[in-house]
Amino acid sequence: MLLQVEVMAVCEGKKQDTRIQRIASSIRVVPDFPKKGIMFQDITTLLLDPKAFKDTVDLFVEQYTGRGISVVAGVEARGFIFGPPIALAIGAKFVPLRKPRKLPGEVISENYILEYGSDCLEMHVGAVQPGERALVVDDLIATGGTLCAAISLLERAGAEVLECACVIELPELKGRGRLNGKPLYVLVESH
Amino acid sequence: MMASEGGEDHRLPRIASAIRVIPDFPKPGIMFQDITTLLLDPKAFRDTIDMFVERYRDQEITIIAGVEARGFIFGPPIALAIGAKFVPMRKPKKLPGEVISEEYSLEYGTDRMEMHVGAVQPGDRALVIDDLIATGGTLSAAIRLLERVGAEVVECACVIELPELKGRERLGGTPLFVLVKAA
Repeated sequence: MLLQVEVMAVCEGKKQDTRIQRIASSIRVVPDFPKKGIMFQDITTLLLDPKAFKDTVDLFVEQYTGRGISVVAGVEARGFIFGPPIALAIGAKFVPLRKPRKLPGEVISENYILEYGSDCLEMHVGAVQPGERALVVDDLIATGGTLCAAISLLERAGAEVLECACVIELPELKGRGRLNGKPLYVLVESH
Repeated sequence: MMASEGGEDHRLPRIASAIRVIPDFPKPGIMFQDITTLLLDPKAFRDTIDMFVERYRDQEITIIAGVEARGFIFGPPIALAIGAKFVPMRKPKKLPGEVISEEYSLEYGTDRMEMHVGAVQPGDRALVIDDLIATGGTLSAAIRLLERVGAEVVECACVIELPELKGRERLGGTPLFVLVKAA
């Protein structure tokens, strides 16, 4: 069953609109996943539309080119899909932020709260140097808990986090206000 | 000691030396090939992608299937460059829609790999991408999933091969292309 995502174009500028429309309509909503009542925003259908996927990356690259960003940090696993193409285009390092015990070298860890219980995000020691300017990328922001942990890891390593970037925001969950004052840039909002 | 494939391509030494070996991870005796240090060298990462793109851009590939999670790092840039769809191949219960799944062997026990129904059509020409091939179990599960839905798997492509584990022979006749071999 395909449900239409109600989206608002978040970017200014008419020239963005047709790209955003195509991106938004390529996202599939899957009801009751991972549990009843959740309308899951599935970006895998966006990845099946090469133009929509390219436009998604291009919109982020246009936002971040020429701003001295040397680190793109991507949150496992869907941040690994969007982060590396952005990093490659702007000449930045890509730093994976992972669930516990996945990274093989020495790590720093940050715990964060889930709806029920807690989880942990890790980053390799030495991946990021003090003074580096960083971007955090994930497919979606809900409550902001994961992104907040990501910001903490980067700041603990001495980086300056410029912005968080996501394809989708769920504004009703108010994650935008939980990012330690960091700005958030998204392409589509879903209600 | 890292030996390189692809002839004498001048980009390979930098790619090979950007990979870090971590002893005894995830358990004693394993020399883990860590590609995160390659991702910290923008030129080496760019060159890695370029070498795959150069090989595949004129082969009418319509699907890049990337194996979770490190295949998600290398697959999408290749897909974007050649205009192919990217299809994530995931651990159980991660994909939200209807899936097909394939079991494969681990050293102890088994695991399952899943792909979304409808992502791939009969006649699609596919590549399977992962960071590394060891025993070939994961890649052969990916090949089977793609073939079950009628795709033609043209090749498997990895950054690193561990030739002593003979994964290359376990791909059911599908060719394998790698950039570096690690003893």
